[in-house]
Amino acid sequence: MNAPLLRIQNLDVDYLTDGGAFRAVKNVSFDIGRGELFGLAGESGCGKSTIAYAITRLSKPPAWVAGGQVLLDDQDLLKLSETALQKVRWRRIGMVFQSAMNSLNPLMRVAAQFHDVLARHTGATRAQSRARAEEMFKLVGISPTRLDDYPYQFSGGMRQRIVIAICLALQPELIIMDEPTTALDVVVQREILEQVIDLQRSHGFSVLFITHDLHLMAQLCHRVGVMLKGELVEVGDVRQVSRAPAHEYTRKLWGSIPQLPGHGAAA
Amino acid sequence: MNAQPSLSVDGAEALTEPVVRLERIERSFGVVQALRGISLALKPGRALALVGESGCGKTTCARIIARMDEPTAGKMYFRGRDITHPGGKAGEAAYRRAVQMVFQDPFASLNPVFSVQHHLARPLKLHGHARSKAEEVSGVAHLLASVGLDPAITAAKFPHELSGGQRQRVNIARALAVRPDVLVADEPTSMLDVSIRLGILELLSNIKRERQLALLYITHDIATAAHVAEEVIVMFAGQMVEWGDTETVIRHARHPYTKLLLSAVPDPDRPFVPGDSARFLGHAEEVRRISRPASDTIEQVGSNHFIRALGA
Amino acid sequence: MSSGLKLFLRQKKAVAGFIIIVALCLMALLAPVLAPGDPAQRVGRSHQPPTAEHVFGTTKMGRDVYAQFVWGARPSLAVGFATGLAITAIGTAIGLIAGYFGGRTDAVLDLTTNAVLVIPNIPLLILLASFAGTVGPMAIMAIIALTSWPWGARMTRAQTLSLKNREFIVAARMVGEPWWRIIFVEILPNLVPLIGINLVGSIIYAIVAQTTLEYLGFGDPLNVTWGTMLYNAQNSSAIIVGAWWDIGAPALGIAIVGLGLALLNFTFDEIANPQLRSGPALSRWLRLNRLRARELRAVR
Repeated sequence: MNAPLLRIQNLDVDYLTDGGAFRAVKNVSFDIGRGELFGLAGESGCGKSTIAYAITRLSKPPAWVAGGQVLLDDQDLLKLSETALQKVRWRRIGMVFQSAMNSLNPLMRVAAQFHDVLARHTGATRAQSRARAEEMFKLVGISPTRLDDYPYQFSGGMRQRIVIAICLALQPELIIMDEPTTALDVVVQREILEQVIDLQRSHGFSVLFITHDLHLMAQLCHRVGVMLKGELVEVGDVRQVSRAPAHEYTRKLWGSIPQLPGHGAAA
Repeated sequence: MNAQPSLSVDGAEALTEPVVRLERIERSFGVVQALRGISLALKPGRALALVGESGCGKTTCARIIARMDEPTAGKMYFRGRDITHPGGKAGEAAYRRAVQMVFQDPFASLNPVFSVQHHLARPLKLHGHARSKAEEVSGVAHLLASVGLDPAITAAKFPHELSGGQRQRVNIARALAVRPDVLVADEPTSMLDVSIRLGILELLSNIKRERQLALLYITHDIATAAHVAEEVIVMFAGQMVEWGDTETVIRHARHPYTKLLLSAVPDPDRPFVPGDSARFLGHAEEVRRISRPASDTIEQVGSNHFIRALGA
Repeated sequence: MSSGLKLFLRQKKAVAGFIIIVALCLMALLAPVLAPGDPAQRVGRSHQPPTAEHVFGTTKMGRDVYAQFVWGARPSLAVGFATGLAITAIGTAIGLIAGYFGGRTDAVLDLTTNAVLVIPNIPLLILLASFAGTVGPMAIMAIIALTSWPWGARMTRAQTLSLKNREFIVAARMVGEPWWRIIFVEILPNLVPLIGINLVGSIIYAIVAQTTLEYLGFGDPLNVTWGTMLYNAQNSSAIIVGAWWDIGAPALGIAIVGLGLALLNFTFDEIANPQLRSGPALSRWLRLNRLRARELRAVR
């Protein structure tokens, strides 16, 4: 089998508060294979988003990476200098944040934002950026004629797709998605994720999908991990973790999700 | 009430007088028609869910019922009286006392500078349910207990010291302090973790039963509607597209939009199939297109199951 | 709210600013003790440089600059603080009412605010002062207060507008709170950081405006204030003659007051925006981050 793309080993992240250090992520280890969709689930405050930011060293105070390794193809990201890390961010690892639709610059046209990212990381010219942007828009199902629109002219769901498009433009090997559809309606959510699955199949990137919606994770991911208060309590194949969870907490989590009556009777 | 297939959601027990009733309510903002042909009835001890995606008009509907907005056409009845247009001060005050709201954002619903005690004591005082300091304290303790919070710990806390679920319980307690007859819950669990939603929904159900409140539950998540409401109305583009008994509507959905909504609810037993996205997106677009045009034709497809025929 | 006090004490800048202001106020209050006698008395030869006897030297008329400085602090600070308070009170009240009620009330108040805002302050002050001849501190206070409130009013109005639609205000209305309680009990406490910034800024402005008027000769020359000290120094060509202490003392006074108030202002910013807070934990984080960045560069 191929070696895993990303290996997180014994990661510790502390929150440095005025009252002392609080360990938000405790000795977490898991792997993400190439072309794999890995889901990380847990309730608010369990540390899953903290891990996402720690991987690319985007942790804001008071989060502080206290120990462990983040190996991307055997290169420890935590030990890279800032300049070396710039080459990894976006080009090898892309990120789609929770409020990604708000991370688009409201004052710039979408085409310009593509160019901003592409020029910085690949030195593309305006024409090249534009061509690539058109390609990506087609991929995410938005008409390329809208490239000259401003973000406010798109709905929330479309803005999220634009962010994913910008992310994919650099052909990263791993995309970290931190609750990308939490603020969106179910139908829009499904539209976006169906597209992500398709793109993942055709482009072969891996995805670290962070969510608190277990059902969604079970629909989307190949392997999942469950976090509780900073610890990874269970990790494994999605069928196994959903059908026969080994850990008490996972069972409790599954049981607490509202389901449709006649579950499975949907059209 | 009406014997023929009516526009209102009256089930078999059409005998109790609804507390609030809407009849063919319309609301337009300039050229934009936000609501059209909305008819519903809120009855004591029963819950009605309004389900739809953002922009479908469910929030506008909630605002009209909570008197934060006025309809541009149609009629609204409160305990049988026509209150479509604002009446005298006394009448408005009586309505305010009877209809309370719980908002979506548990974080923004509480004033950050005041404690839980203050938030709950104020409505008690304002509506004469507590006339002394001692009555305030015991009243607040009682309220907190009724929403599943420990008064000894919670009363003195400030909003930022509470979790999302706890804050929402405090919000519910505040609404209850007024002793309303109708509780409008506008997406009360959307901003909470999936795992604590059931707890809040159960609380709302219990309160509805114990106090015989009429509950209007607004959500975009149809799965939660089934846990709270006996009746459901599915909305799209300002219209009611399918409504009736919740379980019937969900198990035997007839309108294309309802079916689309149900198919999008995350189902762990049906993983996404790569290569499927174009089909789904195309289908979603088509359903939205055909569901959008206005239509006045209602079809009754069951004893308490109605759909709106597709418009031209 | 003792947690508020603790928060305040942790902001070193704020504490420093607070100490400076308190020190100056104490100095002004204790003027009879620190510089007994009449500051307008002739005590030495004209334009003497600072000596042990007269630590700030003397003016052209032979008056003790130190005594004038200490006594002059009284009206300068008192009028400055009072005027700043008045400006803030007017601005906050107008902003709150306009923001909360909206509609025609807002339109009228907005028009008034913009009209007064556009009026150039100092020239108007000079104009009014020149009609009145010389102006005593009360008149100065009134003139400055009535022309400087718009800036604060606009800020307050904007913040009130955004708060008005927050769910907790809507909830308060639904629960039946009367409008005056909503404005003064629910909204106002949330504006405290803004009011604080407004107050401090207004005080600085008032002190400078007052001094400017007096420097230009519109104050009462018989009154001993920092502004009239500057006026007299200017008239006696202190700088040309080389008597830097004559101008230096009042200028220093104003600069120190400004510094103290500006440092205090940082606190309100930080209370309003927790992300700006610089507690010891944040400093520690920044230090660790710098060390780590250095380590990683070295490894390369």
